[in-house]
Amino acid sequence: MSPIISVSGLSKTYASGFTALKSINLGIKPGEIFALLGPNGAGKTTLINIICGIANASSGEVLVDGHDIRRDYRTTRSLIGLVPQELHTDAFETVWATVSFSRGLFGKPKNPAHIEKVLKDLSLWDKKDSKIVTLSGGMKRRVMIAKALSHEPQILFLDEPTAGVDVELRKAMWDVVRTLRASGVTIILTTHYIEEAEEMADRVGVINRGEIILVEEKAALMQKLGQKRLKLHLQGKIDAVPTPLAAYNLELAGDGTELIYTYDTRSEHTGITSLLSDLRAAGIRFSDLDTTQSSLEEIFVSLVRA
Amino acid sequence: MNFEAVKAIYRFEMARTWRTLLQSIVSPVVSTSLYFVVFGAAIGSRITEVEGVSYGTFIVPGLVMLSVLTQSITNASFGIYFPKFIGTIYEILSAPVSYFEIVLGYVGAAATKSIILGLIILATAGLFVPLHIQHPVWMLLFLVLTSVTFSLFGFIIGIWADGFEKLQMIPMLIITPLTFLGGSFYSIGMLPQSWQTVALFNPVVYLISGFRWSFYEIADVSLSVSMGMTLSFLVICMTVVWWIFKSGYRLKS
Ligand SMILES: Nc1ncnc2c1ncn2[C@@H]1O[C@H](COP(=O)(O)OP(=O)(O)OP(=O)(O)O)[C@@H](O)[C@H]1O
Ligand SMILES: [Mg+2]
Repeated sequence: MSPIISVSGLSKTYASGFTALKSINLGIKPGEIFALLGPNGAGKTTLINIICGIANASSGEVLVDGHDIRRDYRTTRSLIGLVPQELHTDAFETVWATVSFSRGLFGKPKNPAHIEKVLKDLSLWDKKDSKIVTLSGGMKRRVMIAKALSHEPQILFLDEPTAGVDVELRKAMWDVVRTLRASGVTIILTTHYIEEAEEMADRVGVINRGEIILVEEKAALMQKLGQKRLKLHLQGKIDAVPTPLAAYNLELAGDGTELIYTYDTRSEHTGITSLLSDLRAAGIRFSDLDTTQSSLEEIFVSLVRA
Repeated sequence: MNFEAVKAIYRFEMARTWRTLLQSIVSPVVSTSLYFVVFGAAIGSRITEVEGVSYGTFIVPGLVMLSVLTQSITNASFGIYFPKFIGTIYEILSAPVSYFEIVLGYVGAAATKSIILGLIILATAGLFVPLHIQHPVWMLLFLVLTSVTFSLFGFIIGIWADGFEKLQMIPMLIITPLTFLGGSFYSIGMLPQSWQTVALFNPVVYLISGFRWSFYEIADVSLSVSMGMTLSFLVICMTVVWWIFKSGYRLKS
């Protein structure tokens, strides 16, 4: 399947001389939820801003649905809805007016029924005649989402949608996102929170210091997550793993006083029972044991620190 | 052409106008009335006539121009500066609109407001002095061209400004003096010869002269020169706006 967004060799150096993106290559599949994960200042917003037309790229190319974002900006931009990271709103407009304005701006003829649906989905219907200045922060964020959805985009960018949002609203927001995906909308979201990526995304990309350092199916990441390490603290020191235990792929650590066994928690046979009896048969005794699980958080941190 | 977008921007800006109707209309009307009281009554009692028309009547076109120029600049510069300031510009930049359409929406709305305002001031003036307009079509043409040109100029300032001081500096420091010195309240012919030459470097002279001609057929420079200069300013402003968008100046990082 050809990607709906294809970024190649994209670099961005700001006027200050700071290089925020270094030759990014990335493909987004149609209909997926893609989570872009990265620490502060990694370049997430910069990347989104370039794709949406808010910032200019220094070099490289972005195609949206096969169209160049510069040459065919009308086509590419009408496909995209953007919810920016910051809450930028016209304080004295009503919710209804600002959402209708967005629809017009994106060249779509009036459709009150659609706007009504969007506002209802986001639980904003009873606020439709309120001025934005009178809304709470979470409601303002929903207004921003409503604006982005007002013109029925095929692709939705959510730049840190859950910053400053309470648990309930977060859940409601994910429901909206899931419904959108079910209707075929491609969603790209950025977040600092791994759980969020874990819960929502089909694929996860990690960006750090302007470079994409990993793009993987969430399932594959979960695979890594599913791995657990069993550490056995031995009573004595051994020089090598005894041959009868070779099949277990044991690692020797702690100068021969520890044995480490890696297994998959989700498989039916973890192999722990047989390992323990084989150890006894080999005459290896241990004084203690513990297990650790590598979290996505750890994978992420180790990637970013590297 | 994305007409829906032009309409959306235009409506949005006009809605802002209606919301701030009081400041938009009341203050220029009040200041115009004050000009009549001060200039018309006080000075008019000494200068009874200029080139065959009463002084109060003579200053009407200049007064209208004074308001139209300042309001065009203020409206248009605020219109585009404000979204930059509060960040809502992101939506305009990410929308499938061409720069031409953006300008059409913003400048169109600012110019509309100026034209309405100019006509209101004219009506206000009609309460103080008898008015008659010999060439209403020319009058409207000058009014529209000036409103559009200076709205474009205001748009440029709005993009250039990175603070509220800059936004107010140009109208205060440049436009008001140029208008006062540009023959709003007197005929250039009343100045000493050397000042008359200096005055010809003031672009506002041409606008006021042409505008006044459409009322009373009295002018400091010929109609064709006035119209030529007015159109030249329009072209200059359009060129600068075109350049701004082509280069992305101060809009996109
Ligand atoms: N207009 C600008 N001029 C100069 N540097 C900028 C500009 N905008 C962003 N940067 C820099 O580019 C880098 C990437 O910024 P960006 O906003 O893309 O990060 P981010 O991944 O979105 O971070 P966060 O998670 O904090 O939102 C940062 O170091 C930032 O300081
Ligand atoms: Mg960001």
